[in-house]
Amino acid sequence: MRSWARDAVRNDFRARNHPAYWAFVVHRASGVALTLFLPLHFWALAQSLQGEARLESFLRWTDQPLVKLSEIGLVLLLAAHMAGGLRLLAIEFLPWRNRQKTLLAAAAAATFAFGLALLLNLT
Amino acid sequence: MRSEEKEPRLAASAGVSPTDHASPLTPHTSRSSNHRTLHVRVWRGTETGHYDDFDVPRLESQTVLDVVTHIQRKLDPTLSYRYACRVGMCGSCAMTVNGKARWTCRTHVSVVAEGDRLEIGPLHNLPVVKDLVTDMAPFFDKWAAAKGRFKGTATRHDGFARVPPQSPQRKLVDESIECIGCGVCYSSCDVVTWRPDYLGPAALTRAWTLVNDVRDVGQRERLAAVAGDAGCHACHTHTSCTERCPKGLSPTAGIAGLKRAVLAAALKGEL
Amino acid sequence: MTQIRGAEGVPSSLIPHPSALAVRTQVLLWGAQRASAAVLGLCVLVHLVTIIYAVRGGLTATEILARTSGSFAWAAFYAVFVAAVAVHAPIGLRNILAETFGWRGRALDVFVLLVGIVLAVWGWRAVYAVVGA
Repeated sequence: MRSWARDAVRNDFRARNHPAYWAFVVHRASGVALTLFLPLHFWALAQSLQGEARLESFLRWTDQPLVKLSEIGLVLLLAAHMAGGLRLLAIEFLPWRNRQKTLLAAAAAATFAFGLALLLNLT
Repeated sequence: MRSEEKEPRLAASAGVSPTDHASPLTPHTSRSSNHRTLHVRVWRGTETGHYDDFDVPRLESQTVLDVVTHIQRKLDPTLSYRYACRVGMCGSCAMTVNGKARWTCRTHVSVVAEGDRLEIGPLHNLPVVKDLVTDMAPFFDKWAAAKGRFKGTATRHDGFARVPPQSPQRKLVDESIECIGCGVCYSSCDVVTWRPDYLGPAALTRAWTLVNDVRDVGQRERLAAVAGDAGCHACHTHTSCTERCPKGLSPTAGIAGLKRAVLAAALKGEL
Repeated sequence: MTQIRGAEGVPSSLIPHPSALAVRTQVLLWGAQRASAAVLGLCVLVHLVTIIYAVRGGLTATEILARTSGSFAWAAFYAVFVAAVAVHAPIGLRNILAETFGWRGRALDVFVLLVGIVLAVWGWRAVYAVVGA
């Protein structure tokens, strides 16, 4: 009859499994990832303080497939964080019209549009 | 997403009889349900505890509250739970059913059961007194902390205040006045879990209705009470409260309104 | 289930952290994050379009520096971009550290302030590097 003892007072994925919660997860995870990436980005650009050749050699290092893939991922995260953030600003500062699902769809669409544009322009 | 997400929300208007709602919520029950058995796991204990398993006969138009009552009356009289009105008016029977906070009295088994399985636990984010009964004191303490009490100036010698029903502020009041304080939103809110001092969706919704009450004179204290890291600005717009509210209210909308009103007050130096 | 209550009947869980920021400051931090978000919305849009334009034919140092070197417009744009990020990211980080790790109080506020300063200084240094080159 009895199953193991456990903690009663925790929401699990069943309570959280709805679109706006997933939007929050994406927004938070992308925010953390972008914040961690920024110092690296600034360091890379600052390579040009030691001349164009130095920056160029770093850029050639980023041509490796795995680095390239992470860069595409970061651009997608940036687009997702921007689109999700605009959705939050709309909810918090524009009149409420029960249109959260539309905003979510628009945010997701914008993210994919930027991702697609990037992929089409990569050579 | 399963079909239970399509469950119609209970109309916020009064005067609708429970049976009006019962019919669309009970598909295909008459054919086979009488022969079937429901396997129910019920939380026993306090903050720590375990689930007990019970087999309950499945009936037509059976609610989750019916299931809990059957267990207590027929199978285990030591089970503790709380209810009063059985018709979605009092807000005392909320529990966690298959992982989501709900009114058990207005939730049909056919809508939430996964196959023949039900898992029933106490509300999250509140101390558990015993089994399915939570201590609602912290919940209502936060209504008080959010200055959720009307503060007027009129006496019995004054006439009625005239508030045009079509005025923008009165309409905003309409959008959240139907809250009955059941705790479903509070239980569903992750920010409450992460910040135990967060006032939560219900208390903030109450504050929002009073912020829009043109007769109230305690606005400055109220805006200060709901401001900042433990108040409306902690909300991350998960919208779990709006998603789960059995009355179909949008606490997220009211909290967004508070965020703006408090920011305006802070910028004017009125906080 | 009885709670420990303070002098005015306030449950102990509702008494603010002893070194919590003033409530008005908390609200203004929230406002600053939203204001910087609005600025970033525009900056990121420009940045994304620039990225998509710049990667055509591959990314080279010559191409990047030809665009930015000596350009007052790009310098101003990226300086504002960095400033908005330096305001936006630390406030978000403050929420995450408080909610996920239960870190509250003065030490947290000083830490995220330092993060903001480091981001601003490093960011402006990078802008100087690509504009001054």
